[in-house]
Amino acid sequence: MAGDAELRRTVISARDLVKTYGDFNAVDGISFDVPAGESFGLLGPNGAGKSTTMRMIGGVTQRTSGRLDIMGLDPESQGPEVRAHLGVVPQQDNLDEELRVRDNLIVYGRYFGLPRAYLMRRADELLAFAQLEDKAKARVDSLSGGMKRRLTIARSLINDPKILLLDEPTTGLDPQARHVLWDRLFRLKEQGVTLVLTTHYMDEAEQLCDRLIVVDKGKIMAEGSPAALIREHSSREVLEVRFGTDRNAAVAPRLDGAGDRIEVLPDRVLVYTEDGEGSLEQIRARGLHPITSLVRRASLEDVFLRLTGRSLVE
Amino acid sequence: MSFLTDEDYVLAADRRPLSALYARNAKAVIERGFQVIRSQNWIILVSGFFEPVFYLLSMGIGLGNLVGAVEGPGGATISYAAYIAPALLAVSAMNGAIYDSTWNIFFKMHFGKLYQSMLYTSLGPFDIALGEIFMALFRGFLYALGFTGVMAVMGLITTPWALLLVPTSVMVAFGFASFGMAITSYMKTFQQMDIITFVMLPMFLFSATFYPLSVYPLPIQWMVEVFPLWHGVELMREISIGSFSSATWVHLAYYVVMILVGMLFTTRRLRALFLR
Repeated sequence: MAGDAELRRTVISARDLVKTYGDFNAVDGISFDVPAGESFGLLGPNGAGKSTTMRMIGGVTQRTSGRLDIMGLDPESQGPEVRAHLGVVPQQDNLDEELRVRDNLIVYGRYFGLPRAYLMRRADELLAFAQLEDKAKARVDSLSGGMKRRLTIARSLINDPKILLLDEPTTGLDPQARHVLWDRLFRLKEQGVTLVLTTHYMDEAEQLCDRLIVVDKGKIMAEGSPAALIREHSSREVLEVRFGTDRNAAVAPRLDGAGDRIEVLPDRVLVYTEDGEGSLEQIRARGLHPITSLVRRASLEDVFLRLTGRSLVE
Repeated sequence: MSFLTDEDYVLAADRRPLSALYARNAKAVIERGFQVIRSQNWIILVSGFFEPVFYLLSMGIGLGNLVGAVEGPGGATISYAAYIAPALLAVSAMNGAIYDSTWNIFFKMHFGKLYQSMLYTSLGPFDIALGEIFMALFRGFLYALGFTGVMAVMGLITTPWALLLVPTSVMVAFGFASFGMAITSYMKTFQQMDIITFVMLPMFLFSATFYPLSVYPLPIQWMVEVFPLWHGVELMREISIGSFSSATWVHLAYYVVMILVGMLFTTRRLRALFLR
């Protein structure tokens, strides 16, 4: 995918984006390009500036400085024109609680100036897409969290967007609903829709993103495809060994050399290595016997935690 | 849907002035308003109608019994109820418009997140402002119609001119609503919103609503004459008995200017209100 993506037109171009609230830099000089049809991810802890970046792309937050070009237009001076071709799934569902489920879709379509007759048909298609046909007449506040999320996503497609912005689309969904959603997003991608999504689910980023940037404290920490990021910032495999909470730290120095890098966590020790089983053999050969051990592939999560640190972000 | 090619990803700029703020689609916001009214309990819609009616019944009949007849515009002698009724209509137009353009907007902005979703469509903030003001005025129109009906039933209407009370009440509401939204754009917290009540209440009490302006010493009269509500009260009172003077034009002009300045002010504050 990355190969032919380079040939395509750039549809989102951000240069040195900055958004300042008082003396706090929510976004602090971010630059990136997204070609048509790509699935582009923004990864980062809470408060990293992902949502603010999304809002600037939609032109609903004024940027402090920097340039932004969406399909040839500046969303700040051409907001309605740009947003006519955007679909937006905000982090928190903001459905119209005063309207019924189907009316939510139709009224929202009217905001784009689409004809009512067309919207009646389109609303039914989207209700089917979101598996909400039997809820058409229901009140929004009677829907479950997963249903609301699906309705929000259906609503974002009412105008057949060329670019779909998804801010943590699957947060709060159960595993079934997540997979249904991923499947729907794949289908949109197959139709050439450009996807921009923020997430802090690493499996989601690996599944959905052709390319992503890792953002922390308003700055880009790394950029690349999920596989390339793992190659660059992690080892191929990770060996997790547990010696018991009180012994982990004491044992750690004796693991030196068993892998490329060792990280001690309170409950376990991580050994970053090209060959997990081999490292485990070495450790056993040194006379150390972990209570449990696990060899797994390195994931984006390892990259993410390495780049953004392990301390809790509020 | 067919596959999106690179050509599909080229947008043409809209060169109209203010195209970033206004997409000429306020009617979609108005449609939503009516859709909500349709699916809503009608009691919510009419509840605001009763406030001025209760005032009219208690003050007009109750106080009216003590006060008796009073001197109306142009020296006509009218009942106390007939004296305060048009003033109450002006007050209710003001209260309704202010409530809708301040509290209602503030709440939908910060808690209902309604505008957040609207702004992510091809609507501009000006479309939303126009649509919401229209809905507020429509509600004001219904209340004014109802209140004028109550006046008729109570025998307080003696001239066909009184029919103009309804559109005039909408005009008074427009004047206040156009400013209300701009003022809301400065508000960040509930505590700040209380300032609005602090300004509205004295305006209601002192704008010659319940007694003539002449009871005050001159400097205070001048002060009251600056208040928009006083002009609304006087205008409505003149219309209710069909007695006009050169001052009528001053009151009308006051509102025309107020609406124009208010809309300009609101337009200038739209980015601060909606696009933080």
